[in-house]
Amino acid sequence: MRHLLDTKTLSREEALRILDVAEDMRDTQSREVRKLPTLRGKTVVNLFFEDSTRTRISFEAAAKRLSADVINFSAKGSSVSKGESLQDTAQTLQAMGADAVVIRHGASGAPHTLATSGWISAGVVNAGDGTHEHPTQALLDAFTIRKRTFGDDSRGRDLDGLHVTIVGDVLHSRVARSNVWLLTALGAHVTLVAPPTLVPQDVSAWPVRIEYDLDAALGARPDAVMMLRIQLERMSAAYFPTEREYSRRWGLDAERLASLPAGSIVMHPGPMNRGLEISADAADSPRSTVLEQVANGVSVRMAALYLLLAGERTDTTAEEDAR
Amino acid sequence: MSTRTVLHSADIARALTRISHEILESNKGPEDLVLLGIPTRGVTLAERIGALVSEFSGTAVPVGALDVTMYRDDLHRNPTRTPRPTQIPPGGIDGRTVVLVDDVLFSGRSIRAALDALGDIGRPGAVRLAILVDRGHRELPIRPDFVGKNLPSARDERVNVRLADVDGVEEVTIES
Repeated sequence: MRHLLDTKTLSREEALRILDVAEDMRDTQSREVRKLPTLRGKTVVNLFFEDSTRTRISFEAAAKRLSADVINFSAKGSSVSKGESLQDTAQTLQAMGADAVVIRHGASGAPHTLATSGWISAGVVNAGDGTHEHPTQALLDAFTIRKRTFGDDSRGRDLDGLHVTIVGDVLHSRVARSNVWLLTALGAHVTLVAPPTLVPQDVSAWPVRIEYDLDAALGARPDAVMMLRIQLERMSAAYFPTEREYSRRWGLDAERLASLPAGSIVMHPGPMNRGLEISADAADSPRSTVLEQVANGVSVRMAALYLLLAGERTDTTAEEDAR
Repeated sequence: MSTRTVLHSADIARALTRISHEILESNKGPEDLVLLGIPTRGVTLAERIGALVSEFSGTAVPVGALDVTMYRDDLHRNPTRTPRPTQIPPGGIDGRTVVLVDDVLFSGRSIRAALDALGDIGRPGAVRLAILVDRGHRELPIRPDFVGKNLPSARDERVNVRLADVDGVEEVTIES
């Protein structure tokens, strides 16, 4: 694997490979010494142009558990606020010898630009770009669903026939997009539930079912319900009348939680707006996988970094170095 | 290119039987023994030796798998390897005599990696090494305790261990 930019172009086999390696990584996290020497001497740069707590910490933990050196870069307080371009920032990192760049950027496609521009030879991991994709989040969601469904028998299995319902702000959600591509590639049936104003225009081309009524969608007995965060920071217009109305029609409250079939799980990528899209009852119930998702996130990101960095680099680095 | 079969199915069975007796002899019984196979074929061999040791001693000896992929020193020289599951028996390895089992001993680098991996899991009382085929050409000061067959080979020859449970056929061949 050269880069991890999206889940749309990730095949079922590639996705399963990442998930299976993540199983091995997860097993190592219960050992006496949780640190592996695998990526000793490699440098991972966390290049975050947007605020993030859990994704950045998760990547940092993953890289450190594999013994890589981690350099954190956030746009605030850096030369970016002085007007430095992505190209100059990238070339600076290249000159410092970064082996992998984990990038989060507000512009959709920024990781792709970084990976294909020739500015750097490092492997690029997309940690969320605009409203495009967030592939490691989708991978950790798939990992969590698989683990809850199959337990210790998870290795090598896909999500064939499982029903996953994704609820909320699909329009602004890169998590939803990445999940749609990944979960359907793994054989799951995906239903999107959102107010009509928060459904993207191009959605007819997606391999999903659209529903506007949450109670009807929950009546179809999904195996997993994924609540999306209402991203007030990305909303430039009024997409629904009031938060209270949204909460009443599309929020997962105690009553809707109780209506879910036995064994189905409640997911949230975090950070949660408690009382808006998810009630405290749902967030803290045994069905909730929120904290498992965080723990699995480290294993999945360890797997991604391992597959990106551990092998022989089949690229032009050696030639470039020789020049 | 010529291929020669050096061990047939019956030879492999005899070698494993002898190794099992030797393990029991050197450990003075089955107490505190743990067998850990190195994937892929080492695990199969460890299971077979474990069954034999349990049969000869009348005590069930725990068998597990120890993946060494993430401890290798040649990761960046090869295409990305997919790690295999590690399974440590419920009793753990602390204070026990761990017998590492692998199919071929060559440079000794996998065993070096296995020793590092063991160190992250616990602190065994002693570590021993059982090998089906020792083909020489060590690059590290590592020596097996139990050997099925010493097989002098040239460095550029290939030694292949095939086991019925993994490969459908049971033989050790040498390709030159």
